[in-house]
Order: sequence, then structure tokens, then C-alpha cells
Amino acid sequence: MIRNSSVGGLLRRPEAGAFLGLVAVLLFFAVFGGLTFLKPAGMSSWLNVAANLGIIAIPVGLLMIAGELDISVGAMVPFGAMTTAVISGHYGLPIWLGIAVALGFGVLVGLINGYMVIRTAVPSLIVTLGSLFAVQGIVLGLTVLITKSTSVALTVEGPAKAVFGDFILGGQLQTSVGWWLAFTACYIFFVHFSRYGNWIFAMGGDKVSARNAGIPTDRMTILLFVLSSTSASFVGMSQAILYNSAQVAGGQSFIFNAIISVVVGGVLLTGGFGSVVGIFFGTITFAIVNQGIYYTDFDRNWSSLIIGVLLLGAVLMNNTFRKMALSYAPKKGAK
Amino acid sequence: MTAPILSLRNVNKSFGPIDVLHDINIDLRAGEVLCLLGDNGAGKSTVIRLLSGVHKPSSGEILMDGKPVTFASPRDASEHGIATVHQFGGTFPLMSIGRSFFVGVEPTKGWGPFKVYDRKKANAIAVKAVREFGITRIEDGDRLVGGLSGGERQSLAIARAVHFGARVLILDEPTAALGVKQATHVLRIVNEAKRRGLAVIFITHQVMHAMAVGDHFAVLIRGAVAADFKKGEKTREEITDLMAGGASMASLEAEIEGYMASHDGHPPPVAAH
Ligand SMILES: Nc1ncnc2c1ncn2[C@@H]1O[C@H](COP(=O)(O)OP(=O)(O)OP(=O)(O)O)[C@@H](O)[C@H]1O
Ligand SMILES: [Mg+2]
Repeated sequence: MIRNSSVGGLLRRPEAGAFLGLVAVLLFFAVFGGLTFLKPAGMSSWLNVAANLGIIAIPVGLLMIAGELDISVGAMVPFGAMTTAVISGHYGLPIWLGIAVALGFGVLVGLINGYMVIRTAVPSLIVTLGSLFAVQGIVLGLTVLITKSTSVALTVEGPAKAVFGDFILGGQLQTSVGWWLAFTACYIFFVHFSRYGNWIFAMGGDKVSARNAGIPTDRMTILLFVLSSTSASFVGMSQAILYNSAQVAGGQSFIFNAIISVVVGGVLLTGGFGSVVGIFFGTITFAIVNQGIYYTDFDRNWSSLIIGVLLLGAVLMNNTFRKMALSYAPKKGAK
Repeated sequence: MTAPILSLRNVNKSFGPIDVLHDINIDLRAGEVLCLLGDNGAGKSTVIRLLSGVHKPSSGEILMDGKPVTFASPRDASEHGIATVHQFGGTFPLMSIGRSFFVGVEPTKGWGPFKVYDRKKANAIAVKAVREFGITRIEDGDRLVGGLSGGERQSLAIARAVHFGARVLILDEPTAALGVKQATHVLRIVNEAKRRGLAVIFITHQVMHAMAVGDHFAVLIRGAVAADFKKGEKTREEITDLMAGGASMASLEAEIEGYMASHDGHPPPVAAH
């Protein structure tokens, strides 16, 4: 994939801005917070945040590249957590059943979102805003109805705990970091190496032309919605297993945080441009700002300001780089 | 004279109560450029939407190689070998030349589930195809389509259609919004497509462009074919009159309206040539 290793070639790639943003943020916190956040304890704090966010941000970013948006992930995280906790904690059924049903609901909500988007002319922001509230209502209503409480405990041991919700490498890093890296590798292959990635970019560039060129745009759209809501459900499920409990609330922060990571990562909000590696860098950048503030003398209330400035800076930088990519033509000195 | 590839026979099209096309008869032959002329709103785009599978005729038929066909969708029409190039359409500004050229039919290499997109091959074929059309300024298939000029993009879309075996090329105002040089470029490519035996439908508002490539001209006025003539049968002034509404245009319209009033809405038959 590295097509041009010159500085100019690297700057024209979608992840260039995200990479520079990451460097800037690292420098900022190295100056104001010392290097503690790069020591194992500090690193695991932002890696854990990045992992849970990143698992959701990549499929959300792919949807954005394809010209769609999914904000229902904010409700799918608690939905996945609560489903696992109610089935395997409240009812005491096997944990594998809880996991399967939680992921199954993820697939189902994704199918519904995707189907509504392709069948109606309603923008996906509105469709998933609807499902965000609908799912939140279902989670709250059913949990209180079944358990008479808004928080449900569960205890998981054995392989399910080790695979989905434990601490690894000396007890600070969550298993989701491993999942995040594995998922990222799969997405990189799927988007940038297999032919299907081309379809996603074409859909975001011009959906009608993509369909006329023979791309099954409807099926791809549904697939991407299934990926994003199942990923959110996955994160909720593994959080419930890790912390031995699930709450009906929480999860809304994933909506904005995922979109910030994706946009900082160089994905064009209107679709057609971006990269998985960029989203990966964007997620790490966000996580470092989010956690790095604790290692500085600043009050943590300032972290939103930094994120806001970072977002605007990244968007401006990404715009510049995209213009460079568009105007790029090879030098014609040779002839 | 060769048999037509594509014909419209007594085609009418209405959108609800609005009648847009009346009894259209058009023939299209291989290696021939048909210029579809007419004022704004005359129905030119509607004719090509029928041919490219976007709309279906309300009545009348479309014949391909003499046999009636119906196009279920734009994709169906392109599978029949009809390629439509809209201004800037069919290309993806933020994709590379190679990737956009092969959208939907990406070449791959490798094995089983690990087949990967063959960037080198795609770029090489795409660049070669455009260069064969005389766009020698394109050398790098990794360039983004959005960085090309309007004429180059148009040429890329035409080269793509020809590469994937189109027999009929429909160009809706390909030279609109292009400068003189760029437009000349596109006209040269239209001639090249014609030389390769494609049938071309060329829509334009510019008489000079029409006369530069056209073998055959059909002028639409208010959704009816008001004139149908071959290259050299009319002077530039006469064509301009027909298109832009000079004296002859006014008399034609009056004639058509009078005829339609007395023949329950049917336009007069076009004089045979
Ligand atoms: N879907 C539709 N519903 C109703 N009326 C339509 C529809 N499509 C086109 N028309 C009408 O049909 C007429 C012909 O439109 P068309 O777009 O074919 O014109 P045109 O010759 O391509 O004009 P221009 O030179 O401006 O592109 C117009 O009066 C237009 O309003
Ligand atoms: Mg038109």
C-alpha cells in the first residue's frame, strides 16, 4: 500500500493529519505532564480507552466513508452489557448464551438500521437517532421490568472471562486491547487490500454511479450497519464481563467520541475519503488527550477544550492534505 | 446503409399528466454520431434517460438490433452495452484513476479469501486505456480523479465505457462548462469512439460542437422530433435557427402546434430523407 515513500507522498494519504495530530498531542503531554503517561501504567490507561472506543470507531468510520452515519452505537453499548448481565447474571444462564444473545441483538439492530436506511429516503443520522432512543427505552424499560433495578451484577469465570473481559500482561491492560488490534488488522485487509474496500469508497463518492457500476450498494450498507452495532454490543458485553456488572445508562459518550476519532483520523464527513489506519491514529490521539490530562497539572475540566481545539485543527489540516492529494500530479521533468 | 443498433419507435413519455415526449422515432447506427439538439426543456435528457434505463417509455418501443428490449434499470441497460456518461458522473473525485476505472470489477491477485486488489494492474490498464484516447498527460494511475480537468474526467469516463465493451455511448452535454481546448479534446475522443465503431448520441447546445462530430442530427422541439437530417443537408445558420429559435424556429413551432391541434395531439411526421 505504501505507494510513495517521499514526504509529499505520505502527506497526501488520508492518515497524514491524524499522524501529525498524534505527534502534536504526544509532544504536548510530554512537555506538560512528563513522560509518565508513556510508562506502563499510564499507557494502559489510554490504551484501554482507545481499545473500547476503537472497536466502535472503525466501523462507524467505514459507514462515514460510505456516506452514512450511525449514532445508535451509543445505546448498543449498554444494550450489549445489559443483555449479557440479565441473561447470565440475573437468570444465571450460561455466559456463552448471554454473549451470543448480546451479539445477536447487535446484528438485529444493525439489520433494522440498514434496512430502514436503504428502504426510506431518510438520512441515516435521523434513522439511527430514532433507534438510539428506541434501544435506550428498551434497555431501561426491560431491565427495570425484569430486575427491578437499573444495575445488574454478574460473575464470570473461566475461558469466557479470559477471552472477553480480563486484565492481561500484569493486570492493567484489558483484553479488549487485543481484540482492538486484531479487528484493526482485519479491517485494514478488508478496506485497503481486498476489492470490497473499493466499493465502500465508491459508495461514499457517488452512490448512484456506484450502483450503476454493479456494486451491491444495499447489501454493503446493511453489512456496515450490522458491523457497527454489533461492535458496540461487543464492547458493552466485554465491559460487563470485565467489571462484573452492567448499567442501563452510559454509552452516549461513545457517539461523539467515535465521531471525533473518525474525523481526527482523516475521514471526510461527507464520505468517499479516509483510511482505517487514520481512524486508528485518531482514536489513540483522542484517548491520550482524554487520559493524558490526569498526568498534567491542569484541571481535567480543560480536556474538552483541548479536544475541541484538536478536532478543529485536525479538520483544517485534513482539508489541506486532501487538497494536496487532489492537485497532485507527477512531475513532468522526465520528458 | 447498415442496420441500426438502437431505435426508438413511436415512443411517448409522460410523467403523470405532463406529456414530455411525443412519437419519437430515432435510429442509431454503429460508427455514427447522432447529435440530439434542442432548446432547454425540449426533452433531450428524457430521451437519453429512456435509453439508459432510468425511465421506461409510456408507449412505443425501444429496439436493439431490431429486437424489442426493455431496460429494467441503468445497470440492465449497461449490460446491454449502453454506456451513459453524465457531466462528471461515473467518476469518483476522491478515488484514484485506477480504482475508479475498475469500480465494481476490480482486478485481484492472490488466493482464496486473501485475494487482494491488484493496484499495479488496475493502474496500468486504466492509464493505457486513457492514453489510447490521446490523453497522454495522464501517466500515474494513483492520481485522484478530482485532480483531473473536466475534459480529462470526461475522457476517462468515455475510455472506461469503451474498455468495458460499450456499443452505444450516450454523452449528455459533455462539452458544457468546458473551455475551448478541453472541449476540442472531448470532441476528438468522440471521433475516436466513432472510429472504433461505437454508436454515439451526443447532446449539446453548441452548433460548432455538433457540426464537428455529428453525422446525423435530430432536433427536438417541445418533445417532438422537429427535424431529422444528415451532415451537410443543412447549413450552420439553419441549424442554429432550429436550435435557438430564429424565424424558421418560430414557423416550425406554429406548424407543429397547428398540426397537433388538428391531429389529436400527434406531431407531424418527419420528412423522409
Ligand atoms: N421526472 C419528471 N417529472 C415531470 N416532468 C419532467 C420530469 N423529467 C423531465 N420533465 C420535464 O420534461 C421536459 C424535458 O426535460 P429534459 O430534462 O428532457 O429537457 P432537456 O432537453 O434535457 O433540457 P436541457 O437542455 O435544459 O438539459 C421539461 O419540461 C421537464 O420539466
Ligand atoms: Mg438535459
